[in-house]
Amino acid sequence: MPAISMKVNGQAVCGDVEGRTLLVEFIRDKLGLTGTHVGCDTSQCGACVVHVNGKAVKSCTALAIAHDGADVTTVEGLAQNGKLHPMQEAFRENHGLQCGFCTPGMIMAAVDMVNRLGKNLDDDTIRHELEGNICRCTGYQNIVAAVKAGAANM
Amino acid sequence: MDNGTGIGARVKRKEDQRFITGKGNYTDDINLPKQTFAYFVRSPHAHAEIKSIDTSHAAKMPGVVGVFTGEHVAEDKIGGLICGWMIHSKDGSPMKAGPHPILAVGKVRYVGDHVAVVIAETRDLAKAAAAAVEVHYHVLPHVVDVADAMGHKAQIHDVAPDNRVFNWSIGDEAATDAAFKRAAHVTKIDLVNNRLIPNAMEPRAAIGSYDTGTDAYTLYTTSQNPHVARLVISAFHGLAPEHKLRVIAPDVGGGFGSKIFIYAEEVVCAWASKRIGGRPIKWTAERNESFLADAHGRDHVTHAEMATDADGRIIGFKVHTKASLGAYLSTFSSCVPTYLYATLLSGQYAIPNIYAEVDAIYTNTAPVDAYRGAGRPEATYVVERIVETAARELKMDPAEFRRKNFVTQFPHQTPVIMCYDAGDYNASLDKAMEIADYKGFAARKAEAAKHGKLRGIGLSAYIEACGIAPSAAIGSLGAGVGLWESAEVRVNPVGTVEVLTGSHSHGQGHETTFAQLVSDRLGIDFNNVSIVHGDTDKVQFGMGTYGSRSGAVGMTAISKALDKIEAKAKKIAAAVMEASVDDIEFKNGTFAVKGTDKKMAFGEVALSAYVAHKFNSAEIEPGLKESAFHDPSNFVFPAGVHIAEVEIDTDTGVTSVVNYTAVDDFGNIINPMIVEGQVHGGIVQGIGQALYEGCVYDKQSGHLLTGSYMDYQMPRAADIPNLNLGFTCTPCPSNPLGMKGCGEAGAIASPAAVMNAVTDALNVKDVAMPATPHAVWKTLQPMKKAAE
Repeated sequence: MPAISMKVNGQAVCGDVEGRTLLVEFIRDKLGLTGTHVGCDTSQCGACVVHVNGKAVKSCTALAIAHDGADVTTVEGLAQNGKLHPMQEAFRENHGLQCGFCTPGMIMAAVDMVNRLGKNLDDDTIRHELEGNICRCTGYQNIVAAVKAGAANM
Repeated sequence: MDNGTGIGARVKRKEDQRFITGKGNYTDDINLPKQTFAYFVRSPHAHAEIKSIDTSHAAKMPGVVGVFTGEHVAEDKIGGLICGWMIHSKDGSPMKAGPHPILAVGKVRYVGDHVAVVIAETRDLAKAAAAAVEVHYHVLPHVVDVADAMGHKAQIHDVAPDNRVFNWSIGDEAATDAAFKRAAHVTKIDLVNNRLIPNAMEPRAAIGSYDTGTDAYTLYTTSQNPHVARLVISAFHGLAPEHKLRVIAPDVGGGFGSKIFIYAEEVVCAWASKRIGGRPIKWTAERNESFLADAHGRDHVTHAEMATDADGRIIGFKVHTKASLGAYLSTFSSCVPTYLYATLLSGQYAIPNIYAEVDAIYTNTAPVDAYRGAGRPEATYVVERIVETAARELKMDPAEFRRKNFVTQFPHQTPVIMCYDAGDYNASLDKAMEIADYKGFAARKAEAAKHGKLRGIGLSAYIEACGIAPSAAIGSLGAGVGLWESAEVRVNPVGTVEVLTGSHSHGQGHETTFAQLVSDRLGIDFNNVSIVHGDTDKVQFGMGTYGSRSGAVGMTAISKALDKIEAKAKKIAAAVMEASVDDIEFKNGTFAVKGTDKKMAFGEVALSAYVAHKFNSAEIEPGLKESAFHDPSNFVFPAGVHIAEVEIDTDTGVTSVVNYTAVDDFGNIINPMIVEGQVHGGIVQGIGQALYEGCVYDKQSGHLLTGSYMDYQMPRAADIPNLNLGFTCTPCPSNPLGMKGCGEAGAIASPAAVMNAVTDALNVKDVAMPATPHAVWKTLQPMKKAAE
């Protein structure tokens, strides 16, 4: 099995993977970072979103081996020195989560949205930008409010 | 206590810290030493005889630890899956329950039916080997549509030659027929309540583990009711006695009913672990397995007739429903289209005569069981669509027609079992009409028309019965269990509190709301309360979370245990302060002796209870721990009015919900933030049912055509407007907290509101749900031609 190495949440990691090993499998099974979830296996639901070299990627449809040398951030890497990222804080403040399963992907997608589009996001933009993330619990209203508030505080 | 964390406060959730930082602990996040992985061989046929299963090639594949079929299950005398609610037909005969083995025996009955399991060192190896299991089938005729299934040549179970599980009725047929004879007007409607796939975002998962040293099993599973799972797996599957079976439901990523049921896969993982020498077996559903093999919801075809008198009063209501139960009877399936459905057919209205008949029918599809609302969305859909239609036919304003027929005196006994205890339906209607600017609709419709859009408005005045349920009452109706709830309150010597509850939280926020109750009642810091649930080794027993019961039933159990804690703490405080217990007052976390300045903080009393130096332990036992079981005396009856406004693009058939107002009466509310979240989520699931979601099986092949998120349209953020919520309050008289349930109301009310708006916009009697752009566009074509 080929060995790969990458930086995950600022730390150098390495491991042996099969050619078919998905990035999310490497993250969850090899690294034990289980905050990144698999909700649909087909890049539809967005529960698996991580950042690769600063951009949002659905890790359930990415091969680990193709990310040799990449700089990956998962939801576990957002908080710095024990302080929550503003987007994490905003999800809590706005009740933007219920069962919590889609939440890591939502937060990672939201941070990416702000990185691309800036801090002043209107509701329509947020709703359209969330097209790749499904939530079954919240009806999205509080997620939209959370993203808006989180964006403003980033 | 008014510290911002008590009852009624918008307290931020305790559970969020772990979820927003990726530290949730869902079943698939757990890995046990020496764990193996299961993959299920599933039927590719809707209905077939199994001629043979050859596992020999699969067994030799790399990494394979075991391959098992129904024969192995039978060897170990593991029982089949059960349906725990007995329904009797009109003629007195019991429902016809066919066998439901955990791995198929002799036959498969739907695409996705569980045929064999392969256990291997990794998930990929198990999956590869599963492809090498050779099953020879003799394909049989199949039927997937409930409308076609009764008497179809595809005979699904030997016990039910016409595929009918039962023919059940409720109400007085003769009296209802008589009412129709004197009616001034009769409104008739045919409705389809579309089949839905629940789609909790966390797929089902299980880890079964057998310990050879203790001869005991542990099962981690995505369950809404781990104790019920343990009871059924113990008593009916016969895997192990309850004290040798621990079921743990850790963080669970949404349920919506689909995780109530005891499924084959979970039982197989636990059972097969012993077969492979005690190594743990993990199974996590792929999403396509969730689509194929989670219990689905709804799937009704209904004909309804409503009789009104010359004054516009409803005098009779007749309903006939065909309800698909799928290929097997799932855990609670039989009660959904009967006692959870037809008992709500009176809606918010004083209808003197109701008669309903339900044919429950097998089809070659996944089992159908409770899904958010379970029966009450189906009832509301029938009632609110026909009431709206009747108003239109009578040329009455739909709001006024409803008002004229509302129940206004309580308690109100309906002709279909339920006794409504409290409510103010006019108050909800008034408030909803105000928030929705009902009066301004005509102007908005005219404005929309200028832009080529058809605008429609629709009401849904729903009522539901939840907080399930009084045990004796449901027992008399066929339930195999009682639906009380348990609680244990453990006060630690330092005055912190742990509450063990039989409820299970999978998104509802119990860790927060239950702690609010305790903090409020004991006057202690909210952060000094922790809620323990979801583990049969920690919580003695409980009935779990569904039917919006954890507030009204689960919290009442906690409240009763808190009463006992207070009573005992008062005795201890009295002894320590050398006063009479009658003179002890407990307020804001302090025990005080009336008329003196003597007082003790709650924590001091807790410590005294455990130190036990200052009271006679022959009279007062040391320690401070109490438990309670609460069996409710009635259902609770949330009700309200939802108003949807839609705009339809006549070129594309796309329907947009442009305004949505919900006014709900949930009685007293513990945490408005959480309640609003529940309402949002429920409404959006209902909008999904109305406009997007429809499970489709191909008639020809019996295959599930909507087996992924590319084929089954989930509501996404851009599909949904901001929802306008309002509340009214009539406290529930049957529990001390005055609470009703809020978890399902949104999904119960919204499909009818949206479809009343769609049919109003199109000026048609009905469009079948989901009102997809194609369905609406097709409806528009003859109108366009006529206009040309």
